[in-house]
Amino acid sequence: MEVLLAIMIGILYAAGIYMILRRSLVKLILGIIILGNGANLLIFLLGRVVKGSPPIIPADSDVFQSVYADPVPQALILTAIVISFGLQSFAIILVKRAYKVVKTDDLDEMNAIDKDS
Amino acid sequence: MTQQLVLYPLLLQMFLSIVLMFCWTKISWQRVISIIGSLINVGVSIWLFSYIWENGTQIVQAGNWKPPFGIIFVADTFSATMVLLTAISGLAVSSFSSASVVAARLKFGYFPIFHFLLLGLNGAFLTGDIFNLYVWFEIIIISSFVLITLGGEKAQLEGSVKYFTLNILASMIFLTAIAVLYGLTGSLNMADLAIKIAAIDNRGLVEITAILFLVAFGIKAAVFPLYFWLPDSYHTPPSAIAAIFGGLLTKVGVYALIRVFTLIFVDDLFLENIILIVAVLTLFSGALGALVQNNIRKVFSYLIICHIGYMIAGLGLFTEVAIAGTIFYLIHDIIVKTNLFMVGGLIFRIRGTNSIRDLGGLYADYPKLSLLIAIPLFSLVGIPPLSGFWPKISLVIAGFEAEQWWVVGAIIFASLMTLIVVAKVWAAVIWKDKKELPVRLNFRYFDKLKTIRKLR
Repeated sequence: MEVLLAIMIGILYAAGIYMILRRSLVKLILGIIILGNGANLLIFLLGRVVKGSPPIIPADSDVFQSVYADPVPQALILTAIVISFGLQSFAIILVKRAYKVVKTDDLDEMNAIDKDS
Repeated sequence: MTQQLVLYPLLLQMFLSIVLMFCWTKISWQRVISIIGSLINVGVSIWLFSYIWENGTQIVQAGNWKPPFGIIFVADTFSATMVLLTAISGLAVSSFSSASVVAARLKFGYFPIFHFLLLGLNGAFLTGDIFNLYVWFEIIIISSFVLITLGGEKAQLEGSVKYFTLNILASMIFLTAIAVLYGLTGSLNMADLAIKIAAIDNRGLVEITAILFLVAFGIKAAVFPLYFWLPDSYHTPPSAIAAIFGGLLTKVGVYALIRVFTLIFVDDLFLENIILIVAVLTLFSGALGALVQNNIRKVFSYLIICHIGYMIAGLGLFTEVAIAGTIFYLIHDIIVKTNLFMVGGLIFRIRGTNSIRDLGGLYADYPKLSLLIAIPLFSLVGIPPLSGFWPKISLVIAGFEAEQWWVVGAIIFASLMTLIVVAKVWAAVIWKDKKELPVRLNFRYFDKLKTIRKLR
């Protein structure tokens, strides 16, 4: 399971960075989304994957009886998902506006600001 | 009353932005509320600073969860100083933007977002939890995205695409670094991390995590080779926004670097050498970049990069004198860079252009104003009585003591280049003969205002 997840995270990171390096604005957004998913899965994996033992203390004891799944990474992922959702929706609107104003989705042609003013 | 004092700057900014949202269309109300709120914020920050100065570090635990389990807010003297500086720059920029930003931009929630940005900055300075730091960084960048695109001009949108991409990439790398750090230690509390990281045997893995943090904060602080988004985007928004960005946004990256590399990843020769190399290259690239630019705000943008190099160099030298110099430089740089961009905005408002070639004759028209401009410019170079000199001299002393001659050389070289750049700006903008410029219609020239006439 860990190995499978690790391979998948690697593929997601590679695909995300490759997409960010492309010149198209739409692919840039796709790359950011894929990279964000990779990062979330990485937190999940590095919080240790434990099967079938929820972090609940039985009513008749004060401490955990056996190995338990760490709940903190899931809280972190939830926060990260919400944040990246907001950022991505902003990114999509920004790219749409930029496309309307600049009339190109090629990052190499967006060089009006490099000119002397 | 003083138990939750650490949280007051945060709560005040949040309260302000919520109140401002209710006055969405009433621009004149927003101006007044923002300035009064910023004044109160300065008062609260002074209170926090003096309380911490007398009583030492204060901690607030969210939900009374004992560390390392809960999220904590820590205010030591360093963070209280940064909060105080944020409040001072916030007050300056708030009053500057109520005069200089046109009402068309203010109508789309400029002030609420501005106070959200200050909330994020205060949070980043006060938190003691590394994941919470990530969350504050996200609040900072999402507010800065809105501020940098507000208005939707072509140059702004182009600049913001670059700004946006690099910053979001930095956030992803930061998140990855947190994931690896959590996997290594199982903790997120910075003080707890410092103890747990020191006990790890596999130093290679720790170094890789540190490098991830260095890259993430390096993009935000605009160090070599990850600085190119800064000069491409900082000259596009109104200069009030550029002032708060130039003053505080890159410095929060430096603050995070100082926190992480003086607390969690310490005593590692490999990391210190990498930071020193990065610092020297940042000094060179910023100084040389500033020399060739002709847009006055691009010159200031490259000077930001150059002066980030000083702080990183102090961090890399890692002696007591060097760290003191770095923190002093941070304090000095926030004030000076905010001032510089506001000066740039003032010049733009008077003349209607940013180009060094077209500007000129400011001394003939506004001698008192020119003397005011001279203070931040000379402070930037480090003329002795002004604040720029003292951190530089302590960095040079630290470099001599550590016998890192090339770092000392780079610091002196960058100072010299800054002097040349400032002399060029001074000669071209203030002393050169005035050039007749075409009058721009619908442009609010500042010299039509009474207060500026008095400065003649």
